[in-house]
Amino acid sequence: MSWSESLRTALEALRLHRMRSTLTVVGIMIGVAAVILTVGFGQGAQDQVKSQIDSLGSNLLVISPGSSTSSGGIRGGLGSASTLTIADAEALNSKVAAPDIAGVAPQTQSSASLTAGTTNWTTSVVGTTQSWLDVRSQKLASGRFITDEDVATQAAVVVLGATTSQELFGPRGALDQTVVVNGTTLSVVGVLEASGSTGTSNNDDQAIVPISTAGQRLFGGTSRTGVQAIYVQAVDQASLSAAYQEANTLLLALHGTTNPTDADFTITSQDSLVEAATSVDKTMTLLLGAVAAISLLVGGIGVMNIMLVSVTERIGEIGLRKALGAAPRIIRRQFMLEASVLGLAGGAAGVAIGIGLAFGIPLLSEQTISISIPATAGALVVAIAIGVIFGVYPADRAARMAPIDALRTD
Amino acid sequence: MSSQALAPGSATLATTDVVLALRDIGKTYTSGELSVEALRSVSFDIRAGEYVAITGPSGSGKSTLMHILGCLDIPSTGAYLLAGDDVSMMDEAHLAHIRNRRIGFVFQRFHLMAQLSAARNVELPLVYANVPALERRERAVEALAQVGLRDRTEHRPGELSGGQQQRVAVARALVTEPDLILADEPTGNLDSVASADVLALLDEVNALGRTVVLITHEPDVAARAQRIIVVRDGYVADAGQNDQRDLQSTSSLKATKSWGPTL
Repeated sequence: MSWSESLRTALEALRLHRMRSTLTVVGIMIGVAAVILTVGFGQGAQDQVKSQIDSLGSNLLVISPGSSTSSGGIRGGLGSASTLTIADAEALNSKVAAPDIAGVAPQTQSSASLTAGTTNWTTSVVGTTQSWLDVRSQKLASGRFITDEDVATQAAVVVLGATTSQELFGPRGALDQTVVVNGTTLSVVGVLEASGSTGTSNNDDQAIVPISTAGQRLFGGTSRTGVQAIYVQAVDQASLSAAYQEANTLLLALHGTTNPTDADFTITSQDSLVEAATSVDKTMTLLLGAVAAISLLVGGIGVMNIMLVSVTERIGEIGLRKALGAAPRIIRRQFMLEASVLGLAGGAAGVAIGIGLAFGIPLLSEQTISISIPATAGALVVAIAIGVIFGVYPADRAARMAPIDALRTD
Repeated sequence: MSSQALAPGSATLATTDVVLALRDIGKTYTSGELSVEALRSVSFDIRAGEYVAITGPSGSGKSTLMHILGCLDIPSTGAYLLAGDDVSMMDEAHLAHIRNRRIGFVFQRFHLMAQLSAARNVELPLVYANVPALERRERAVEALAQVGLRDRTEHRPGELSGGQQQRVAVARALVTEPDLILADEPTGNLDSVASADVLALLDEVNALGRTVVLITHEPDVAARAQRIIVVRDGYVADAGQNDQRDLQSTSSLKATKSWGPTL
């Protein structure tokens, strides 16, 4: 008996028991679709976080005050003595000591109310230097950015985020207008291009001022020379770890720390940020994927169950086929093919439904689902393998049946 | 092609050709500590072209004998030669091959596949013989024509009467041109009209040269055969005589005659 003949017989047998075959296929289908969707959800969430972090700027290292081993209380709060200073940032900018560092932007950040005429708007006021624009991968929509001269002269200028500009001045435009912050009048010299939310902070709602203006004229206090973060841009992706080493060595030396574990600053790379932010998603994906895999296994046991019922029910047919000359291996092949076809059909239907929903769900909700090719191919392969593996036992039982026992029952 | 084998003129009835030879066949069924001897030392020959009925009361071992003759089961002791091959020690895969090539079965309950048309039911043994689809189809239609069902090839068993279904089964048995047609109570599920019909068909098949072995418990059905073998308590009580052919020289016949009384 040829393979094509065996396949034809298997398909006819499955068609004869349409309802039963369909239900078995649905079991596998749900399992496969579940695997594709859960992995897709997880992947989608991870991709989203990654793209948000990437939008912070490329090849970026973030140096923040405080030891990595101490709890985060030191970090950032206004009035708390910062261990990072503008001097640190200037030292990192040295092409000799740190050749792999392309740009350095120190940054202070405080919340303040901006007043323009009768309108006021509370936002975050960022003090920084000229290189901030490049380092943070931001673009200007109009006007100019802060210059070194502005920093040197503590100029009363401000560059507004797209949202901030919109809130304070509406469509008429902010350029050459003035805003008052903590009693100081600043003139608006530029407006940033909208870059979108990064989830935790809105890049479009901020006001950028020269770091000296922020420290000396707007906020003052104990942190006149302290900064809350230094953004360091490496020359390229490959030199990121070299830049990391240079910054680390330089700052340890500047701070007079001999033991690296006593460092009073923390350097984080984008990769480590992505990793931290996606680790929860990864765990969830793994967990949901495992549940989906179990449902696939249950579908497989469904195949075995149906095949066993089928063998028992078709004892007469098996006996007849044997009497007419079907060798045991031919009978085994026929039942194996039936089980494999169930697995394949379930797998194919599951892939179709899974991919369909992966495209459909994002249209209805904000959730992004990315289709993982390995997960899809894997689920399909597993579905067929399940058909084959769970078909072995029933097929073997059919093949071993003695023809007289099989003919006796009808 | 079957036409050539079944054509009356070409039937080369070599009466001395022994198709089946049973030598001291015994069959013991063991279940736990209990063992039942279903057959004890059965020997007989059946020659090409013979029409033999095997009969006996239920429990006589007649069914066991039929299973062994049909290569559906193997004997515990003794030798069984079918068309020259000793099949008594063969494994299931080889037996399947022998059944496919040498034996055509007609069962009491027809055993047709309900979802297949008459033609496809008849094709089934040819499928297992790896006959190409076109030739298979041709031979199946031809076999159906021989049993008078040329216009029923596309009917499913459910659309046919009991007598017609058994005719389809006979066509299926004939299509492989087997050495032996083995009919197990072929009229057991039929009314008297259909029974007569099927028995007439078997007569016809035999007349065309096929060796037919009919297993039955009904004396009037057995009477259709040229020779009756009676089985009782696991022995051949009477190996019968073929009126039309000289079997006196057969050694097995002498041997069986020495046991027990003749009916």
